[in-house]
Amino acid sequence: METRVSSRGREVVISGDRPFVIIGERINPTGRKVLAAEMKDGVMDRVRADAEAQAAAGAQMLDVNAGIPAVDEPALLVAAIQAVMQVTDVPICIDSSIIEALEAGLSAYEGKALVNSVTAEEERMERILPLVKKHGAAVIGMANDETGISMVPEERLALARRIVERAADHGIPQADVIIDPIAMTVAADPTCGVITLQTMRLIRDELGNNMTCGASNVSFGLPDRATVNAAFLPLAMHAGLTCAITNPLEPHVRRAILAGDLLLGHDEYAMRWISTYRADLALAGRAQGAPPKPGSP
Amino acid sequence: MRRVGRQEEIRAELFEHTLNGHAPEVKTLTEEALALGMDPMDILFKALIPSLEEVGRRFEKGDFFVPEMLIAARAMQGALVILRPLIAETGAQPVGRYVIGTVKGDIHDIGKNLCVIMLEGAGFEVFDLGVNTPPEKFVAAVEEHKPDVVGFSAFLTTTMPMFKANIEALTKAGLRDKVHIAVGGAPVTLEYAKHVGADSYAPDASMATRMAKELVGDRSQSSTGAQALEQAVMKIDETLRKG
Repeated sequence: METRVSSRGREVVISGDRPFVIIGERINPTGRKVLAAEMKDGVMDRVRADAEAQAAAGAQMLDVNAGIPAVDEPALLVAAIQAVMQVTDVPICIDSSIIEALEAGLSAYEGKALVNSVTAEEERMERILPLVKKHGAAVIGMANDETGISMVPEERLALARRIVERAADHGIPQADVIIDPIAMTVAADPTCGVITLQTMRLIRDELGNNMTCGASNVSFGLPDRATVNAAFLPLAMHAGLTCAITNPLEPHVRRAILAGDLLLGHDEYAMRWISTYRADLALAGRAQGAPPKPGSP
Repeated sequence: MRRVGRQEEIRAELFEHTLNGHAPEVKTLTEEALALGMDPMDILFKALIPSLEEVGRRFEKGDFFVPEMLIAARAMQGALVILRPLIAETGAQPVGRYVIGTVKGDIHDIGKNLCVIMLEGAGFEVFDLGVNTPPEKFVAAVEEHKPDVVGFSAFLTTTMPMFKANIEALTKAGLRDKVHIAVGGAPVTLEYAKHVGADSYAPDASMATRMAKELVGDRSQSSTGAQALEQAVMKIDETLRKG
């Protein structure tokens, strides 16, 4: 199954037969005080810088979230999306829990966006899916409903199926629904990891949809999160995850994904692995062996 | 003399084993302490509660991580199962009452659950309303349990406005001035807490517990002192077993 998203100048194809797609997570003010303060004042310099840096580090899509308390989130989300579109043609994942903000973001976006997200909650499906259809977008469907997040993989599968079917009722093709099987931290419950992986295998085998998740969630509350995240991703890729909202600026994470692609047969002759290695080497060499700037001692 | 020495040792060992989340050792030591005739209050106040407070301090400093907090609380609960019936006989009052829940429309509960654990560890009687809690349920719980503090947790910018809805519901029910309102959750800020008319904001579970303790501090001293904590702590694990 292929999910296609696009910007004005670029199309990205998400598929189990292709290299894994990184959706850069950094443009999100939750837990980032400086970014939140700047965005609130309408200053988008850091948003632009984050967009460029993540794209340069291999993000093929960018999640954009403007969730700041007590602000006009629709307007702010539009401003952030426009700022990102100014500096990169990487397609955008429009991220908000406020439906009006999703609508405003979709209207401002040029291309086929990914909407983050709808759940299996009745009210949200009935409000968000028509918007997705109207704008010809794709959507992330989170496998939870009004009652919360099930710890039974089969129940999450049933909710994923419900979203796919409801999307079809609204005229949205199955390929345009990317399921989020829901990753939660293993710090609170060590079974969370295996439950998520089992859910992924079920969804892959029973539905075949593309899947994404907030991959960094798995390590919340733990030290050295990057290593845990980096270990989780290839496990998840093998279980059917085809893209993830994660941080490409974290070298562990980016390399784990590249190595996962290589090991799963999505990097012919290891060309991406090798070229990334060379590029990193060149960068390191430049940083170390850079000639002194004129005028420096 | 020797027996007193062993009591000192037991307190120290209980402190260490609770801190490190060693449930079997904590249980064995608690049984040994009781066999030696140690007061259940002594065990709680001089070993278990100080240990969980240390867990909280280390967590705030970033030296301890979420799983360590959880296993320490679990180890303490093992001791509470034994101590609870003994303390119940004394008729002691809890250090304070705390009603807590994740607001309507929101199903995130890790932060809220950590608060429950830490509050219970500090001797509060906690009434956990769970997730997706509508305003009327908060109102009913405040009415019924007459807590010192009611805590609202929200993880989403969409659900944070429920703080205000909850506060309005409490005001309408004539309960606003009878309870301290605390709010928290990942996207919440002190500024936002003030904006919606909450009384306090805490960035994490440990801080929420410290603030609640300071709030009821005066009263617990004027009550039968340390005894107060006990019953609350027993309720803790009653709640947890139900949950």
